Amino acid sequence: MLRKYLDKIKPNFEPDGKLHAFRSVFDGFETFLYTPRSTSQSGVHVHDSLDSKRVMIIVVAALMPCLLFGMYNAGYQNFIGSGISDLNFWSIMLYGFLAILPKILVTYIVGLGIEFVVAQWRGEEIQEGFLVTGILVPLICPITTPLWMLAVATAFSVIFVKEVFGGTGFNIFNVALVTRAVLFFGYPAQMSGDRAFISAEPICGLGGTVHYSDAFTGATPLGQIANGASAATDAAGNILSTWNAFLGLYPGSFGETSTLCVLIGAAILLATGIASWKIMASVFAGGLFMGWIAYTFQSPLYPGSALQPIDQLVYGGFAFAAVFMATDPVTAARTGVGKYIYGFLVGVIAIIIRVYNNGYPEGAMLAVLLMNALAPLIDYCVVQANISRRMKRTLR
Amino acid sequence: MGKSIKLNRGLDLRLEGGLDGSEKPIAIPSSSVAIYPDDFPGFTPKLSVREGDLVKPGTPLMFDKVNEQIKLVSPAGGKVKAVVRGERRKIIRVEVETENGAPSATVTAPGKSADEIATWLQNNGFWAMMRQRPYDIVPTPGVTPVNIFVTAFDSAPLALSLAQTTGGAATEIAKGLELLKTLTSGEIYVSTRRNDNIELPSFVHNIIIEGPHPAGNPGVQIANIAPVNKGETVWTLDIVTVMRIGRLALTGVADWSTTVAIVGSEVKEPRLVTTQAGAAIAPLIAGATEGNERHLRIIAGNVLTGVNAGENGFLHFPYRQVTVIPEGDDVDEFMGWASMSPKKMSVSRSFISSLLPGKKFAPDARLNGGRRAMIMSEQYDKVMPMDILPEYLIKAVLARDIDQMERLGIYEVAPEDFALCEYVDPSKLELQKIVREGLDYLRKELE
Repeated sequence: MLRKYLDKIKPNFEPDGKLHAFRSVFDGFETFLYTPRSTSQSGVHVHDSLDSKRVMIIVVAALMPCLLFGMYNAGYQNFIGSGISDLNFWSIMLYGFLAILPKILVTYIVGLGIEFVVAQWRGEEIQEGFLVTGILVPLICPITTPLWMLAVATAFSVIFVKEVFGGTGFNIFNVALVTRAVLFFGYPAQMSGDRAFISAEPICGLGGTVHYSDAFTGATPLGQIANGASAATDAAGNILSTWNAFLGLYPGSFGETSTLCVLIGAAILLATGIASWKIMASVFAGGLFMGWIAYTFQSPLYPGSALQPIDQLVYGGFAFAAVFMATDPVTAARTGVGKYIYGFLVGVIAIIIRVYNNGYPEGAMLAVLLMNALAPLIDYCVVQANISRRMKRTLR
Repeated sequence: MGKSIKLNRGLDLRLEGGLDGSEKPIAIPSSSVAIYPDDFPGFTPKLSVREGDLVKPGTPLMFDKVNEQIKLVSPAGGKVKAVVRGERRKIIRVEVETENGAPSATVTAPGKSADEIATWLQNNGFWAMMRQRPYDIVPTPGVTPVNIFVTAFDSAPLALSLAQTTGGAATEIAKGLELLKTLTSGEIYVSTRRNDNIELPSFVHNIIIEGPHPAGNPGVQIANIAPVNKGETVWTLDIVTVMRIGRLALTGVADWSTTVAIVGSEVKEPRLVTTQAGAAIAPLIAGATEGNERHLRIIAGNVLTGVNAGENGFLHFPYRQVTVIPEGDDVDEFMGWASMSPKKMSVSRSFISSLLPGKKFAPDARLNGGRRAMIMSEQYDKVMPMDILPEYLIKAVLARDIDQMERLGIYEVAPEDFALCEYVDPSKLELQKIVREGLDYLRKELE
């Protein structure tokens, strides 16, 4: 049925067809719906069933727990903040859904739009890298981010961080994180502070208007700590235990707060072998290590240093960055040994920025971006080791 | 019992349609044979015969333009039927129509000196059946190899056991090795599987290799026994060629008979066939394939490195198998990337088949995805049991960076060493083609 329809309209997109300008769009949809019939023309006659579409979709699937939890958390924070006592699960979910939907739509439309145009222009197949980026971006941004900012930042990073380098597979920096960084540095007023992380207005009659007060500041746990609070509290004003921080019902970037959901995603990525366990494990190791150092040598100058090392891992975006950002295969180290070094340093630097720079309560984003820049250097050293082994053999 | 090497990295593809070991060979004499000069990289063909000429088994059909003493010989006696040419009159193949009972030429035994033996090998077509590293080409005459590596087993998917083919030929093998020994200043290494029981003379080193494919690739064996350094040359050949060399030296009669496995998921009953090297494939597989309407891919060789021969193709050197698989260009698979089907073959744990350790598969020739830039990392390393960084070497080749290629070990590899990398690659890059082009480029630039 569908196949027949596609075959019928296909000639329109051939070089002489009237819709040739949309070839890449048609191609994208056709290969999405049906596995291409193209067979091996050189080299091996059989190919593994894994392709980049499946890789990307698995990552998107692994992000679903975070997305669903983010919806619940967004609704929950609004309901608590506006004093609604009837915490009906479905209305909370629906509120969160309505809050995030426009952001997901905007990132996908802007990003995929650029991808389609570039693919058409270059005469290439549409690449599926943005499937993941497009869902990551809303998950790592505050819920209050204005849509136009999201559109501008997404367009900027897709064009200048990915396409000018040659597209998916050639970028140096993680596209989603650069989007976040552009927002963070371009519009600091909207992107940080205490009031950025809770959706404060009712949507379609759901939820209420949040009244900020001393009792309800809306600050993230890390923000509170950085401002000198002795212990972080949740939205309702209770002390945030490690377990509750692990579950994630506190203000923060949309999909990052729940370490539990992040770990469900990690389990999916590791069970399918899509993400590198070497990177993931070493980011956590690096975070624990640096968290332990900071805790051991804590100082009142740096309130963040008073946090237990384990809390460093469950607060804020650390776990999310470890599982979904640091493991991006394109921007991470590519050699086996390099991955351990890269991951460990991401963990260490994330905590250093977090603890010793009171201006930025969260350091995971900057740590990953910094290590993105250093990953080729790490790989270079690993490759040099292989080269010098070979040289030594010749000299012997 | 020699030294043993255990390889951990690699992959044995579990394909349907393999031999079970009990098959008895059926003799199918060939009515025509063909030699493809492209099977001999580095060999630039010039014709020695014309269409209509009568040839005997062992008569040269072509010689190399650069080193004229290297010849490709006819594996059968008969009449030269056709010289098939492609674009720009490039010689694709020389076909010989065989005549039963055509007299065999008698070849005099080789002399004693290295030069005499080399000339004898070149004249009788054996020289072209060896490869040299660097470049994975027919050995350049006049260069003495540091070592010679003989592989006595084939680890490729559905391959025939070479020990079985060469059983009982210990005298011939010993003679062949003795001749080769005079040509190297170093050692001869013969790699076997543990249970192969090939009788070998004491002047060669028998190395027992354990582990999955590509354990049988000479490149892998070299890398794990005595890696090739810059400026060194080594030769590689298989035990069947050694046996043929020995047989001709002992009897003076060229014997180009071969045993071929007819395998693959589209073959009803996998079988063994004895015929001539270079025989037409159609008579060998007649009646053997599944009689359905699917498009078939008939491969002279294995699914990783073989040649797509088509229905009217011939056996290709150095393969002793014909694999028939579905082509796959006649199937529509709805959202194949999301498939949960246990029939999908993959190394990825995202497929159900990874939970079924003994299951065999019948993959078709589709790419199963679109060509992309390298996205996933460390995919190739898992199937590359050599101290090579495949990703970086490939990138150096693509960048045509000669220094970096050398530093990363281009001289140690052949395209076939990248076959499994190409299979597992989710970005579906043509790695073997890339490596071959890189080797050719390097040779052109440096010679």
